[in-house]
Amino acid sequence: MTTVENPATRVDNSHTPVVLGGTRGGPDVPTLRKDRWWLAPVITVTILTSFVGYATWAAFVNKNYFAGSWMHRDLISPFYSPCLAASCVPGASHSPVISFWTISPALLILIFPLGFRMTCYYYRRAYYRSFWWAPPACSVSDSHKSYSGESKFPLLIQNVHRYFFYFGLVFNVILTYDAVLAFNQPGIGVGVTVGTLVLCLNACLLWLYSLSCHACRHLCGGQVKSFSAHPIRHKFWKMLTPLNAKHMQFAWVSLFVVALTDMYVRLVASGTITDFRLF
Amino acid sequence: MSDVVMHVWRGDADGGQFEEYTIPKQDGEVVLDVIHRIQATEAPDLACRWNCKAGKCGSCSAEINGKPRLLCMTRIDTLPEGETITVTPMRAFPVIRDLVTDVSFNYEQARKVPAFNPPPRPEGGYRMSQIDVERGQEFRKCIECFMCQDVCHVIRDHEENKSRYAGPRFFIRYAELEMHPLDTNDRRDLVREEMGLGMCNITKCCTEVCPEHIKITDNAIIPLKERVVDADYDPIAWLGRKIRRRTKRTAAEAKVQPD
Repeated sequence: MTTVENPATRVDNSHTPVVLGGTRGGPDVPTLRKDRWWLAPVITVTILTSFVGYATWAAFVNKNYFAGSWMHRDLISPFYSPCLAASCVPGASHSPVISFWTISPALLILIFPLGFRMTCYYYRRAYYRSFWWAPPACSVSDSHKSYSGESKFPLLIQNVHRYFFYFGLVFNVILTYDAVLAFNQPGIGVGVTVGTLVLCLNACLLWLYSLSCHACRHLCGGQVKSFSAHPIRHKFWKMLTPLNAKHMQFAWVSLFVVALTDMYVRLVASGTITDFRLF
Repeated sequence: MSDVVMHVWRGDADGGQFEEYTIPKQDGEVVLDVIHRIQATEAPDLACRWNCKAGKCGSCSAEINGKPRLLCMTRIDTLPEGETITVTPMRAFPVIRDLVTDVSFNYEQARKVPAFNPPPRPEGGYRMSQIDVERGQEFRKCIECFMCQDVCHVIRDHEENKSRYAGPRFFIRYAELEMHPLDTNDRRDLVREEMGLGMCNITKCCTEVCPEHIKITDNAIIPLKERVVDADYDPIAWLGRKIRRRTKRTAAEAKVQPD
């Protein structure tokens, strides 16, 4: 009887190694693309640089981040919440304070949301393309002589993303609490102002951004081998999958709105504009 | 009706150049139709690999105006009107002749994937739930056109990485196996150490060019990266494994094929 070997279970180490080299077809030019492939990297660089510039200024300026009872409001900037330092303006801090910290309290906390966004799979794509040019656009040559990607230090650190995600959830809870507090107008009562809506919108978008995160999708259910053996985790995974498909949109919108929220609170706290009471 | 002006790369391993062909435009044509008319009229020796003309065999992959596309699925009227159309072979692979490339790199990578390894067959046969079957269906749509491999800058721009990088097409295969409830192997260390998963910087070009619209990055590569984090970079997961006395397979162990 002839035995037929199953190719799927064959132990075969005798195959020829991958042939490297060879002449590549096409001209030696960085790209043959004729469309405006450079536009997306330019827009990304412009927006991210503007945001980093604004956030740095806002973090160091250390004033006008809280509109408190003297204005009959309870609005705090997301860049300064939770306000943990002893130097926080009265009313801004609802938590134990760190007494030795004398510079801007924003610098105590911003590493966490910053780390979450820096290690986010979407932002990685965005800044690898636009800042690092690896590659600037699809089928456009990257600008590096050698390339090891995220397989070596320092980019190996990107794998810490899930821990920043956990911290991000804590911040979301705190910013949601801030949004609830914004319904209270000291000396007037409970009501809704434009500031209340801005803080609520900011909290909602931050939740959407966090819950649509790839690490969240993995931890909630993606990591299991069998969905049928884990029906609840499958349900979570199924709920998060459509959100995950919109992760890029949530990343951008939440970035805009967090800056807008800080700007709004700043303008109200400095007296530049009045926080209009709706009802 | 106006003409189609096409610059087609002609050449072989010794070098090549663009040649210009001007062909009367016809309604509803795809780029492969024009290539065939060039073969029929001006250049009978123009080499081009094709088969189904329906976007299902993955043979006619090439680059149109610098982007990896299937020649048979790119309609002429979707390209900028009045502009010259450039057609070149896939950039990541060695050219054999004209638009035909040697894609054997991919077959070598395919041979490195440790095969599906189910547990011993139980009485009554293997059973899988529909939700588990559906999970891998997306990955089975791959037609092996290798455009995702072609566009991936890890090998497109760095020939030296070819010996240590499987590429997006095979990451979806690894992901499919890792997500298979009946597979008993553990390829996480293998994809990290020898298949170069860490070199992927998730720029999503593979997803952009996939003619089957497989979400390669979101549904295969990132889940694989997260599984690698579970295995190698997450101290809480490591502690969990220790407490529950679970082990993971090394790259060498994962490569051992079942009898």
